[in-house]
Amino acid sequence: MKAPVSWIREYADLPDGVTTEDLAHRLTALGLKLESLDRPGHDITGPLVIGRVLTLEPEPQKNGKTINWCTVDVGDANGTGEPQGIVCGAHNFAPGDLVVVVLPGGVLPGGFEISARKTYGHVSAGMICSTKELGLGDDHDGILVLPADAGQPGDDVFDLLDLREEVIEFEINPDRAYAMSLRGVARESALAYGAPFRDPALRPTPAADGNGYPVVVDDPEGCPVFVARTVTGFDPTAPTPDWMSRRLLLLGQRPISLAVDVTNYVMFELGRPIHGYDADKLTGPIRVRRAAEGEHLTTLDGNDRTLSTEDLVVTDDSGIIGLGGVMGGQDTEMSDTTTHVLIEAAHWDAVSMFRTGRRHKLTSEAGKRNERGVDPTICEAAADRVVELLAEYGGGTIEPGVTVVGQPPSQPTITIPIDLPARVTGMDIASDTTIANLEAIGCEVDAGADELTATVPPWRPDLSDPFDLVEEVARIVGYEDVPSILPPAPSGGGLTQDQSMRRRVGRTLAGEGYVEVINFPFIGDADLDRLGIEAADSRRTTLRLANPLRNEEPYMTTTLLPGLLRTVARNVSRGTSDLALFETAPVTLPHSGAGAPILPVDRPPTEGEWDDLNKALPDQPLHLAFALCGDRDRSGWWGDGRPASWSDVIETARVVADALGLELSVRQASLAPWHPGRCAELVLGETPVGHAGELHPRVCRAFGVPARTSVAELDLDALLARAVAVPRAPQLSAYPVAKEDVALIVDADLPSADLAATLREGAGPLCESVRLFDVYTGQQVGEGRKSLAFALRFRAPDRTLTEKDTAAARDAAVELAVQRHGAEQRA
Amino acid sequence: MSGPNSEYDPVQVTPLDEEHVAAMRDEALAAIAAATDLETLKQVRTEHAGDRSPLALANREIGALPPQARKDAGQRVGQARAAVNQALAARQAELEVEAEARMLVEETVDVTLPWDRTTKGARHPITMMHEKIADVFVAMGWEVAEGPIVEAEWLNFDALNLGPDHPARTMQDTFWTEPAEHHLVLRTQTSPVQARAMLTRTPPIYVVSPGRVFRTDEYDATHSPMFHQVEGLCIDRGITMAHLKGTLDHFAESMFGEGISTRFRPSYFPFTEPSAEVDLRCFVCRGLHPAVDDCRTCKGEGWIEWGGCGVVNPRVLTACGVDNERYTGFAFGMGIDRTLMFRHGVADLRDMFEGDVRFSTPFGADL
Repeated sequence: MKAPVSWIREYADLPDGVTTEDLAHRLTALGLKLESLDRPGHDITGPLVIGRVLTLEPEPQKNGKTINWCTVDVGDANGTGEPQGIVCGAHNFAPGDLVVVVLPGGVLPGGFEISARKTYGHVSAGMICSTKELGLGDDHDGILVLPADAGQPGDDVFDLLDLREEVIEFEINPDRAYAMSLRGVARESALAYGAPFRDPALRPTPAADGNGYPVVVDDPEGCPVFVARTVTGFDPTAPTPDWMSRRLLLLGQRPISLAVDVTNYVMFELGRPIHGYDADKLTGPIRVRRAAEGEHLTTLDGNDRTLSTEDLVVTDDSGIIGLGGVMGGQDTEMSDTTTHVLIEAAHWDAVSMFRTGRRHKLTSEAGKRNERGVDPTICEAAADRVVELLAEYGGGTIEPGVTVVGQPPSQPTITIPIDLPARVTGMDIASDTTIANLEAIGCEVDAGADELTATVPPWRPDLSDPFDLVEEVARIVGYEDVPSILPPAPSGGGLTQDQSMRRRVGRTLAGEGYVEVINFPFIGDADLDRLGIEAADSRRTTLRLANPLRNEEPYMTTTLLPGLLRTVARNVSRGTSDLALFETAPVTLPHSGAGAPILPVDRPPTEGEWDDLNKALPDQPLHLAFALCGDRDRSGWWGDGRPASWSDVIETARVVADALGLELSVRQASLAPWHPGRCAELVLGETPVGHAGELHPRVCRAFGVPARTSVAELDLDALLARAVAVPRAPQLSAYPVAKEDVALIVDADLPSADLAATLREGAGPLCESVRLFDVYTGQQVGEGRKSLAFALRFRAPDRTLTEKDTAAARDAAVELAVQRHGAEQRA
Repeated sequence: MSGPNSEYDPVQVTPLDEEHVAAMRDEALAAIAAATDLETLKQVRTEHAGDRSPLALANREIGALPPQARKDAGQRVGQARAAVNQALAARQAELEVEAEARMLVEETVDVTLPWDRTTKGARHPITMMHEKIADVFVAMGWEVAEGPIVEAEWLNFDALNLGPDHPARTMQDTFWTEPAEHHLVLRTQTSPVQARAMLTRTPPIYVVSPGRVFRTDEYDATHSPMFHQVEGLCIDRGITMAHLKGTLDHFAESMFGEGISTRFRPSYFPFTEPSAEVDLRCFVCRGLHPAVDDCRTCKGEGWIEWGGCGVVNPRVLTACGVDNERYTGFAFGMGIDRTLMFRHGVADLRDMFEGDVRFSTPFGADL
């Protein structure tokens, strides 16, 4: 909402010397937030005066241009009273016209200093200005020609052109709809200084007389008040007065025609949207009702709209002629031939306005006000103001008939304990202050010793609850007076185990050289296709957004991999090729079942309702995904590097689990998007918690990531749920360790983890660790076989092991491997 | 070479006379002194102090002397051998020091050689900012509450005093999910977490809830369809706006340094009444002239818009099962991404969500 300061001052007697900055600052402190201060012409310095063109001699130049050598009467502004000689390149003016002249010594916007200078063989002493040069807009390229009655040569034009006007633009919160008018802004300005306020809506209006245009309101709830006035003999070609056009321009509104401009002007003045009809296009009485199913209307903007039974419509005998309070219809629109104008000032139900506006995606200045709530008591005043202006500037006659249907609802009252503002804000607010401040915003206050009852003013439909009054009192006292007191410290329990464990996971991964990324959770079918995920895979069961940002990405993701791989590709394309990335984020796994209820708000949900609500939510487990590509160890002066591989991501998964006090085991698996031969299922006890390995080459190509990129994705919640918060200290044996190496030849497809587990089991309790240190395939072990070499360590808690002890344990381990896997001991 | 002396032979004991012993000693000492490395010294040790060295051989002859001569000869040879051994040990020590010094010189490397064998890891600054904020409140005895991002419409709006026709619903352009009758949304704020806290905990409640939220904003340098918020909620007896101010001032100081405070401006949020915008005293220029005039962090305002806050609307308490006669509360909310942007001078919001490792790496693993 923009508000020219001079207009504010028409209704608010602000003290002398109040600067615009101070006004804006005080209004911000009251809740009308300063958005910007606009000062057209503030960087112009005079002399800038009216000039009358005396002579104009076109002089063609060698360059093909024609310049005009003019003499201009600028009165005494040049100190001599003699005509001023000025060269001008524009041609849209003639001798006798009044123009704006800047004399030598003046400065135009942009620091453009004017001096007398020699040009085209003349001394040009000043400049005849265009609106563009004055910084007043760039609509016209030509010279600004003033109306003949604008003033006398030599008169200063700063006021004439509003060049000293200052416009404050406010950000208006939805609860302060009353401030979307000069009436409201001026009221707040007066409040800010305790200055007198003149209400522009307070004007005598003629009473309803039964002779006005016939109006029937079938839905008084939707339209409690409907006022109609008519003007005849209106001249549709009459121009909008300059002062009105200028004000509309200052508000950011383009003047259109007198009739339209007047309705707009009054809307900004009083906050009450007005609709004008070409009365000659109306047939029969106006009727307000809800639309019937399937009815249509072509609105002013040319759109054909199918109406809903909730839409309030205005009709006449021809059918629907407008969406009440939102937008008029095309057929009855005022035009450049309208001479008979019907003015509608109606009060509409705000909720209906909001719904209709949203349903038809219509936003307009009128709609914005109607849906937030307008003063219902000023319909007559607003209509009267409009017809007055139409008659005055359009030469029409105000018809005596006045239609008023319905009456404004009575104003609600709110009762509060008189100390409520003090109790809620913690400020020292006396009862007198509370009463005075409520009165200052227009409440009628009936105060007792402990309680007060405030009757809310009609322009404040936002005030309905006791705490609303608290805010009103507090903002006038001033928020800067709220003391700063720390509440007494509660005895909190610190972070939960999950919360601290999650930090540990992040730090562990950063320590492993991974960089955390945050991706949007939106994916499309193409992402799942690129991953090679099959139709039956549960990762295809997605939650779909009704209004995705991009139509290609309508789903909430079920896997972190698409986002992560896109990020890998982005980094590679930006020149970083050795990458280790991770992300922790929830995925969305919908399940079938009922939706979430919309519950009442006048009580908390019952236990059953609460359960239903939570059950309706999709599962949203926290996932952890990470990716590696390029070199895990770079090559350099120290020697060769090592490319990242499937085993690195499996190792990282183990490291993460280890940080949580868990040991992951690994099973050979085959799952998209992984390489079918290089995919590990990660298992905790018997519970699968994720997969890790090298990507399928097709997937690498599809996402544009380097070949052999390796990734893992784990259900982090599943890990966190089992995390060991309190690790037990191990019992250490000080007896010496005994070592035995074993090399076993087994089938090539036997997972080494299985063989290691068997050795461990067979070696019995004396075995401290089993570590694979070599894998060999080749002729010596035969086709389809491999040799796995393990280092076994043995130790007893209570004695030094003998060679016999160790050999027996080792033999038992080998024996079990022979039985279980057909292993042969390698010589 | 002489074999064991089985009988007395005065001719063969010449080596035991004083001159001879001295000569042998001196020859040994000279050889020791001449040895310039440990290898040579080892040879010298064998030649002059070994089992077959002249002095050792001479020593064997002592037994062949008449008893009266043994003592003198023994003393003579013994002293000579002691002198030689001493010299050897001293020279050994000297040469070892020299050898080590030489080795250290030879082993000198170019320590300016770079080591970038492994990539540097980092956590995302948003994650760390979450934690930093959580830590400020945990230190005050608050707890960290969390909730789902796909949330029931009722919790995201209705329970927070945003009824179906509340104009503020259009202020927050919401991602709705299908089917519409399931009434699920991507939460537009972390406030549903507060509603959950009230519905599942009993007062006093002091919780802070950092998390990601979604709005249908087009993605540009200052807007993102996904961003991060932190909200705080306090429900207790006798809680006032003054406690809100005190808490936010403390929060501001903890995050931005001593003396950094907040200021309130009246505003509107359905969830709170009275409501206020929170401005943060600019932590760079502190609003002091003349620094404030050129301050790029607050753009000359002296204050930075930080978030919103207010007294929890009693309607919200009712919907969330808190007895609004006994308890009052306050709530506040800030953008984490925004806080990060002005605290660390991040120019473009998109840097946070593009995952370019060059952005996150300098932040390391802790803010």
